[in-house]
Amino acid sequence: MSTLSLQGLNLHHGQLQAVRDLSLSVADGEVVALVGANGAGKTTLLRAIAGAHRPSSGTVALDGVDVTHLPAHRRVNMGIALVPEGRRLFAEMTVEENLLLGRMSGRSGPWTVERVLETFPNLAARRRARAGTLSGGEQQATAIGRALMSNPAVLLFDELSLGLSPVAVERLYESLKSLMQSGTTILLVEQDLGRAMQAAGRVVCMLEGRIVLEGPTGTLSRQEVTDAYFGLARHRVPA
Amino acid sequence: MINTIIQGVLLGGYYALIAAGLSFMFSVMRIINLAHGSLAVLAAYLLLFLAQNYHISPFVGLLIVLPLMAAIGFLLQRLVLDRALRAGPLVPILATFGLSIVIDNVLFEVFGANTRSLGNFIGSLSYSSIALPGKIYVGVLAVGTFALAVVVLGGLQLFLSLTPYGRAIRATAEDPDTAGLVGINARLATAVASAIALFTVGLAGAALGMRGTFDAYAGGSQLLFAFESAVIGGTGSVWGTLIGGIVLALAQSIGATISPLWFLLAGHGVFLAVLFVRIALAGGLRNFIRGAA
Repeated sequence: MSTLSLQGLNLHHGQLQAVRDLSLSVADGEVVALVGANGAGKTTLLRAIAGAHRPSSGTVALDGVDVTHLPAHRRVNMGIALVPEGRRLFAEMTVEENLLLGRMSGRSGPWTVERVLETFPNLAARRRARAGTLSGGEQQATAIGRALMSNPAVLLFDELSLGLSPVAVERLYESLKSLMQSGTTILLVEQDLGRAMQAAGRVVCMLEGRIVLEGPTGTLSRQEVTDAYFGLARHRVPA
Repeated sequence: MINTIIQGVLLGGYYALIAAGLSFMFSVMRIINLAHGSLAVLAAYLLLFLAQNYHISPFVGLLIVLPLMAAIGFLLQRLVLDRALRAGPLVPILATFGLSIVIDNVLFEVFGANTRSLGNFIGSLSYSSIALPGKIYVGVLAVGTFALAVVVLGGLQLFLSLTPYGRAIRATAEDPDTAGLVGINARLATAVASAIALFTVGLAGAALGMRGTFDAYAGGSQLLFAFESAVIGGTGSVWGTLIGGIVLALAQSIGATISPLWFLLAGHGVFLAVLFVRIALAGGLRNFIRGAA
């Protein structure tokens, strides 16, 4: 369980600036939903936290340790795990092999293949199936399982429900319920605003690379978040 | 005829052994290492050097040369191929081509133009043979090389599918970016894979030197045989490499019974035939190249 702290992050894709001077802190055991329209910079931000995208300036720190210049695999070892957008499974490998890869970081903890299969019962029968042959829901469950196998302190979920059927989304969140309440620090990017506000304790809304609204889910109305989402209300700027 | 086939299959074992590292590097790292043959010749010269100057049997010499080849593979990946790959998929081909020229000429400079062999240093092994029924004699060395090829190819297969490191190397081959996100040190994984490939090149170099003769410029033809075996067998498949080596060697051996000139011609002919059939089956050159990349 860990504190994640971002200070003055600027992220670029070549000439294009994806994230502008962004600072954000996620406390121990907090579940934070990151929402925003396409192109708001959410995915780039998560990739920068995970170490797959090098910031132009600013720092990423975990538990007060500056990890800005560490490569992705070292950050996994320190406890940051990303479930990437589009799952990014190793299609030629089996479900079990994909899960075992998550153990490469060498972090000790409670997660085993058996426990992942208990958490996602729909995977048990597909254990030896190649990841490329799975349904979207099964793929997402495998991707989450793979991240869990590294026993992360901070979990980053990118677009959990993208491309999944409503039934699969329902099943996925059902499986994740205990995880979200277990005290693991989670930063969640989710298109489905209702789900995001239900699952998270705090909502952070991004627009064009900046945070335009943030606050505990209880204090924000859906309308306020929607307005910030589309850039209709810029009056509430985070302190 | 049976004799020709048996000798051809055994020769195929040697081709599979030199092709093992080449196809491993291509299937795992998408790198075509044109210095492959020259590196095998380098290993043979290293064994010769140890045998001539320090009276170390080539078999004992392997204990020194194989780790050395693995180290060369590790550094080759770190210092040359990693950088070359960043500049585009074709640059490693140019880089390894350049490297092969450097190695060939350094070997020529150091060891001269004489044709050499390790045969003098392995006692009776270079000519002893086993009698099979029907008055067929097979060389002990040829049988040993074939067995070694099977062990090397099988070992690579088991390593890739069963060990955590093998899984990490396969994952890195498929998607290095995501491999990093899962906690795999992708640079280390490719360097280790390259070290393993060059380890097998060391074995191939030993087989090359023991079974016949070599000189500083022998790398080119070794590369060609390795390449043809890998392509006939289908790149990226470990057992396909063995089949490919055997098909190439059988074509050569049977061709040679027609006329000595046909040894190489028949081999190249089968290689081209298989290549054209593969291109036709893939639905044209464009699709074939796309499928291989």
